[in-house]
Amino acid sequence: MGNSMGNFDKKVEVFIEEFIEHDGYKWVLEGLRNTLIIAVIGLIIGICIGTLIATVRVMPKYKRLPRILNSVCNVYVGFFRGTPIVVQLLLFYYVMLPLIGVKMTSVAVAVIVFGLNSGAYISEIMRAGILSVDSGQMEGGRAMGLSFSATMMMIVVPQAIKNILPTLGNEFIVLIKETSVVSFVGATDLYVAFNYMGSNSYEFMVPYLVMALIYIVLVFFISMLIKIMERSLRKGDKGIQSV
Amino acid sequence: MIKVSNLCKSFGELQVLKDISITINKGEKVVVLGPSGSGKSTFLRCLNCMEDPTSGSIIFHGEDLADMSVDINVHRQKIGMVFQHFNLFNNKTVIENIMLAPIYVAKQRARKAKRNKFFGKPYDESDLIPFAEKKEEIRQRAEYLLKQVNLESKADNYPAQLSGGQKQRVAIVRALCMNPDVMLFDEPTSALDPEMVGEVLEVMKKLALDGMTMVVVTHEMGFAREVADRIVFIDEGRIIEEGSPEEIFNDPKSERLKTFLAKVL
Repeated sequence: MGNSMGNFDKKVEVFIEEFIEHDGYKWVLEGLRNTLIIAVIGLIIGICIGTLIATVRVMPKYKRLPRILNSVCNVYVGFFRGTPIVVQLLLFYYVMLPLIGVKMTSVAVAVIVFGLNSGAYISEIMRAGILSVDSGQMEGGRAMGLSFSATMMMIVVPQAIKNILPTLGNEFIVLIKETSVVSFVGATDLYVAFNYMGSNSYEFMVPYLVMALIYIVLVFFISMLIKIMERSLRKGDKGIQSV
Repeated sequence: MIKVSNLCKSFGELQVLKDISITINKGEKVVVLGPSGSGKSTFLRCLNCMEDPTSGSIIFHGEDLADMSVDINVHRQKIGMVFQHFNLFNNKTVIENIMLAPIYVAKQRARKAKRNKFFGKPYDESDLIPFAEKKEEIRQRAEYLLKQVNLESKADNYPAQLSGGQKQRVAIVRALCMNPDVMLFDEPTSALDPEMVGEVLEVMKKLALDGMTMVVVTHEMGFAREVADRIVFIDEGRIIEEGSPEEIFNDPKSERLKTFLAKVL
């Protein structure tokens, strides 16, 4: 035990040397940047797609167009929830792109795939959120002569987002952590950066520990951010205020 | 103003409205009475197509609202509606609640006018005044109306911070700010504490005196007697009897109305 602890000091030294003198920090910064880019832009794309799909799903279905849109959404959600995100990444990068003959950086591919994927999950979260808003809100808007989509965007969705913010926060945290699979298409994220440092110095213990710490700190900040957002969104509410 | 002919409405197998025909004239105050489940709320909600009629026609401004190809939103902007449960927008302050729809309409009209101007079609010059001016105009109107119902101090509060009576008064102002040609009231006092009923009825009476065309579904017999030009008694989806308050209250003809009045008066 004492021996391994003595080793640990040395391992830290190796890590610090690797981090500062062998450009390890550049890798980590790039990995951190990519992880954040993929998760944040992916989440934004996901919220947009998810809101659209959820809106289609709760639309009244008298006419043909909503019904067709609804089946399209079913196929979309079925595909993206039915396959692992690694498979989607590989399909997009190695099948779709060559087929349509477009060149893209692996980070861009990851952003798109993460956006499409989380869109499928967020659509169901958003649908639950929309259903949680009292139907009188939609009625109030429609009776004033606002269109279905205008009422949705101005009245119902903002209230729905307030209700689902904790779940959306979950989704964001999952995204941040899941970015570690983008190494499959050759993008550098946090995991790749620390893995690189580990294999350079033949010493994995400290890099992986620091990696875990960085993830924890990231998630901690996100949770704080969500709490602050929730508090400001709830200012119109009576009753339970503490978050 | 509104001409309803042969209106029928079914929910699945259940037929709620059976062949209702009625004309509501400009400036007239029509009160709809009836036991619960008689279809009176459904009738009111059919007038602005919150429920799509199964058959029949509703002529408003020369167009049939029951026709699915009519742009119902444009007509709803001229038909104010007040709900039993207020339906104020919870995520907006009182003043935002009132200004939201007028601003939306102004924006829409400006967009249309710009398009028409571009293509050389006729357009209304007043739709093209700068948006900031238009918004100020709407704000002033909203504040004026709020003052009319003694709620100007609540302009920046959220609906959750208001009492039921205050909410309903805001809801009435919100509908009025659109300059409607007719106002529909769907049991506006049924969800209120007894002591708050009076303040809402007061606002409605004031509105009636101003000459607004009103269709009111209510259980407030006193209000019906005082304000109505005509009372319509609906039961089991049919108009059983209609007439002036004196005729209805003092000289009911049908057996059904007599038993109803005996219970509620």
